[in-house]
Amino acid sequence: MPAKVLVAKPGLDGHDRGAKMVARALRDAGFEVIYTGIRQQPAYIARIAAQEDVDIVGLSILSGAHLSMTKKTIDALRQAGANDVHVIVGGTVPTGDTSKLLAMGVSDVFPTGTTLEELVTRCKALVATSPEV
Amino acid sequence: MAEEKKSLTHTDAGIAVAAVYNENDLPQLDAIGSPGSYPYTRGNFPTGYRHRLWTFRQYSGFGTAEESNQRYQYLLSAGGTGLSVALDLPTQCGYDSDDPEVEGEVGRVGVALDTLRDAEILFDQIPLDKISTSFTINGTAAIILAFYVAVADRKGIAREKLRGTIQNDVLKEYASRGTWIWPPEPSMRLIADTIEFCAAEIPRFNAISVAGAHFRDAGASAVQEMAFTLADGIAYCDEVTSRGKMTIDEFAPQISFFFYTHSDFFEEVAKYRAGRRIWASIVRERFGAKDERSAMFRFGCVCGGASLYGPQAKNNQVRVAYEAMASVLGGVQSMFTAAWDEPFALPSEESTTMALRTQQVLAYETGVARVVDPLGGSYYVEALTDAMEQQIREIMADIESHGGMAVAVADGYVQTLIAEEAYSLQKRIESGERPIVGVNKFQTEEPVPEVQAYEMNDDNYQRQIQRLESVKKERDQDAVQKLLAKLQHSAGEKDINLMPILIECAHAYCTVGEMVKVLKEAWGEFDQPAVF
Repeated sequence: MPAKVLVAKPGLDGHDRGAKMVARALRDAGFEVIYTGIRQQPAYIARIAAQEDVDIVGLSILSGAHLSMTKKTIDALRQAGANDVHVIVGGTVPTGDTSKLLAMGVSDVFPTGTTLEELVTRCKALVATSPEV
Repeated sequence: MAEEKKSLTHTDAGIAVAAVYNENDLPQLDAIGSPGSYPYTRGNFPTGYRHRLWTFRQYSGFGTAEESNQRYQYLLSAGGTGLSVALDLPTQCGYDSDDPEVEGEVGRVGVALDTLRDAEILFDQIPLDKISTSFTINGTAAIILAFYVAVADRKGIAREKLRGTIQNDVLKEYASRGTWIWPPEPSMRLIADTIEFCAAEIPRFNAISVAGAHFRDAGASAVQEMAFTLADGIAYCDEVTSRGKMTIDEFAPQISFFFYTHSDFFEEVAKYRAGRRIWASIVRERFGAKDERSAMFRFGCVCGGASLYGPQAKNNQVRVAYEAMASVLGGVQSMFTAAWDEPFALPSEESTTMALRTQQVLAYETGVARVVDPLGGSYYVEALTDAMEQQIREIMADIESHGGMAVAVADGYVQTLIAEEAYSLQKRIESGERPIVGVNKFQTEEPVPEVQAYEMNDDNYQRQIQRLESVKKERDQDAVQKLLAKLQHSAGEKDINLMPILIECAHAYCTVGEMVKVLKEAWGEFDQPAVF
């Protein structure tokens, strides 16, 4: 069974070029991909992740609000009982914030400028390991 | 580097080009025409920039109204001739700063406007009768326009002296930028309301700036960008003319356009020349315009955006300079040059100033403004303009057969086309087929600059919340409730123009969130197609 990814955009920022490219790249690499669309509340993202039993939740955030949005989404995932999911974050994330995201329970971070090839490789590696959110 | 060959034989949009062009490649002379006359291929004005230079318009706005006001005063004192207001996402999406749903987004990517009070502070000391102001606002454009008119009313400035533009282009929000609120039908009605209001009350204010820029930034090619934008323009003209209150000549002169200029130099020049020619023919032939000004395709542009990169970021200054020159050779009326640090930061005063200087050097030192349409008659540029026109028209015909833009964005058709193009470009860059200096060629170990998000400090956030709270306390509650009820009722009556009511609401200090909420109750919300 192919690994399942939910590509999600929490918050108000509507820049979804990256999110859609990631969705396409993962689909082309054999993942089953669901895209939430933009401007989704963390609780909604968590509900879809739980319902669809996804392996990875990919958050795309370009507004600068990645720390608060990721925290809210992880809290919502825990509340929804989706503990067995890898959370990854992409977008305008400063290097200094990567460790903060990892400390929150994020499995990997893909700042703007990451190649699709690298992203796919790391996502494949990720689904081979067990997550702890 | 065999894989790079395609970038030598094809433009970024995939148009095949020859190594050399000659007189046989020139189109009929009447397709080229003269500057200042139909079909305007060579520009809107017979003397080009001798008549007037383009407007140097730097996009800025962040944090509270006070902070943005200071930045505006600085830019005007440095020789800027127009303001461009960036609003935060809560304002753009119709939420007040104290709404729990938008916590952490207040003042982040632009200034927060909750009520007329914020707008009064934002334009304090700014002579609204002497400068022009452009607002990048869409979903809530009618409300922000109401604020601007109300500020002018209170300053005692005659409405007819106001100059500027609201973007007010919701169709591209559905397809690419994302600050939609209501479904297409009522949104189009509200846009038509603003167009009718501007024509009647603030004739020097552009009611709409049809913005292809966001299609481009979402990944569209130059050809798609122009095609989707012109198709949007048709949709808005259809909406207004179908109401039967105005003829095309009564509002078309107030429509302007807005694009991104990216790095493929001649393709960008040709894009603008082709766009002018196609729009002129649409307005004249499809809508029957008689007034010469209706057929003029007036546009602003941004140089930068997705054409800028993080690695070796200072190279972005060079990119922006070439893009600015292409825009001027394409006949731009108003230009924003992005700062080199835009990919990773809200620009500093230093980088913003340098971006403005880039335009000033171009305008005053290079001589490009001396002669109108200096590339007119170039074998290559005229042939490429023709090729662009043909491909743009093909895409427009495809959209038309899909039911027009309002349908094609509601069902996700346009979004899918853009996503395909974005994905394809990304793969071309990763494979090296499309060279980008510092990214896939001439890379160095130089560290990529850190992304620095502007953090609204908590004091400012608190001040914004407190101001909203005190405005709500001090205003006449009865008046607010009555006006909001009137707004909701009028929303259901298609024949009522909502602008005068929104201005009344503004004067009464109704909040953006309150106005949006009653309109949501009347109209519902857009149901986005989550395609990729």
